[in-house]
Amino acid sequence: MITSETIAPRVAFGETLVELADRYPDLLLLDGDLANSTRADILNNARPDRFLEMGIAEQNLVGVAAGLATLGFVPWVSSFAAFIASRDLDQVRVVVAQPRLNVKLAGGYSGILTGSTGKTHQCVEDIAIFRAMPNMTVIAPADGVEVRAAMTALMEHDGPAYLRLTRDASPVITPRDRSFEIGRAYLLREGSDVTLISTGVQSVRTLEAADLLAAEGISAHVLHVPTLKPLDVDAIVAAAARTGAVVTAEDHSIIGGLGGAVAETLGEHRPTPLRRVGLRDVFGESAPNAPLLEKYGLTPRHVADAARDLLAGSRA
Amino acid sequence: MATVEVENQQLQSLRDRARDARRLIVETIFEAQAGHLGGPLSAADMLVALYFDVMRIDPQRPSWPDRDRFILSKGHSSIGLYTVLALRGFFPVAELATFDAIDSRLQGHPDMKALPGLDMSTGSLGQGLSPGVGMAIGAKRRGLDFRTYVMLGDGEIQEGQVWEAAFVAARYKLDNLVAIIDHNRLPQYSWPNAGGEGLTMHQPEIAARWQAFGWRVLEVDGHDMAAVLQTLRHAHEGAPGTPTVVIANTVKGKGVSFMENHYAWHAKPLSQEQRDAALADISAGGNS
Repeated sequence: MITSETIAPRVAFGETLVELADRYPDLLLLDGDLANSTRADILNNARPDRFLEMGIAEQNLVGVAAGLATLGFVPWVSSFAAFIASRDLDQVRVVVAQPRLNVKLAGGYSGILTGSTGKTHQCVEDIAIFRAMPNMTVIAPADGVEVRAAMTALMEHDGPAYLRLTRDASPVITPRDRSFEIGRAYLLREGSDVTLISTGVQSVRTLEAADLLAAEGISAHVLHVPTLKPLDVDAIVAAAARTGAVVTAEDHSIIGGLGGAVAETLGEHRPTPLRRVGLRDVFGESAPNAPLLEKYGLTPRHVADAARDLLAGSRA
Repeated sequence: MATVEVENQQLQSLRDRARDARRLIVETIFEAQAGHLGGPLSAADMLVALYFDVMRIDPQRPSWPDRDRFILSKGHSSIGLYTVLALRGFFPVAELATFDAIDSRLQGHPDMKALPGLDMSTGSLGQGLSPGVGMAIGAKRRGLDFRTYVMLGDGEIQEGQVWEAAFVAARYKLDNLVAIIDHNRLPQYSWPNAGGEGLTMHQPEIAARWQAFGWRVLEVDGHDMAAVLQTLRHAHEGAPGTPTVVIANTVKGKGVSFMENHYAWHAKPLSQEQRDAALADISAGGNS
């Protein structure tokens, strides 16, 4: 359910770091000179002893985190998703993922809603990149409440992980009393005509799409998949089986992200008619959020249109 | 016995170990018919000095929290490190025969999860100094007095990440961190069309570059065991508030006359005749 409360996931990230720092003495935050954007500065203001500035040098940033992890520290690397998924990718691969070191990568400003910064600072391929990397866990929370729950779960998970975060305030859809289980998908709404599967903050717009469809008499089943890896295959197959028609939606490329993952899963386990909503093999551009969502096809209407088209096609 | 006598015995013992290491490097690469030769041979004397004298380690306790750390950033010289670890007792010398074979703990490039005694996985050049910075910061935070050593190739320091790490190390005043540059002047293919020095990669400014980044610089002949020992011990003591780099001037392929200073021997399988000639060179070699 979409509540009236809004939280910026990046603020939830900073506030949760403070909370977790008190509970976990080995937690450290390594910043790439972006703390006042990613809001890791909230930790620096509260617990400067846990905050290590590494400057504008992302490759070294990841390597230092790996060295700290060998001593039992739990380093969180904080930068923009665009930089973590590309600028320091070889470092993530060789000194984090291959030796399975306990480093948490927090990619802020993911997707295309990045405060008018444009294609260099947006990231529409991070899920695909980290899904393909052995030993990585990949999580994209729906809102600030789920950011907190996911970070808490990651502190109890020994291994490398990528956490996909977004910049701007968005409605809360996650119940505060729900704990986060890595690898589990969550049913947001029950329906019988079409299954909508989404990840990250796009799940809010997907719930809105379900409302639009309901107004037309189409009953949508909505599954939120915050863990892109390991994927909740059983939940995805069951949700597809329930309606026989699936639409995926994500603020990410349709190649290799949630849409790709669902297509692979259903193709292997339960072939089902499918539409993928997301960026169609293009980079973004700089603009305010509303025109970006409209141009790149991520609004609730786009998701509803895809569902309606799919149902019309499969009935024809 | 007088101290001088003890020291001379230790020096002779280290020279013998370095000769053993070179012999095992050649034999292993011959058996595997794969792997690197030039870099392991140029690094052998320093690796022996570190593991048989300078570093605080215990082969029976490879995960001992207080141990000194060593990162072979020039990971392609893995066989050099493996032979020294085996000679030091971390694993049986006979296991060197599995180098590069399927299921071996001795991977072509070091895998810290495969073999106890390796403090970091390496292989993609330019990456090793950064985890060393992390270990050095971590040691200070934990109140541990161990040292972290990182060995880099002189070609490797073309990678920008090395200088990101060098900057941060000075910024955090990591006087418990020692970088060692194996300055053998020959990378894999070098600068064939760049004129001037031609195939060698002469870097006369190498000391000045590290100094400019705020490091204490020590230079040494990387094959003069007495000098290597003295310099590494000096580096081990540390300079308050400053990381130390040891620039070791070395010869690629050291100890095997037909490999010395030839870039083609960076990595190349040996014939039986070449193996025999190489081993004869090594056993005849005076090893300064």
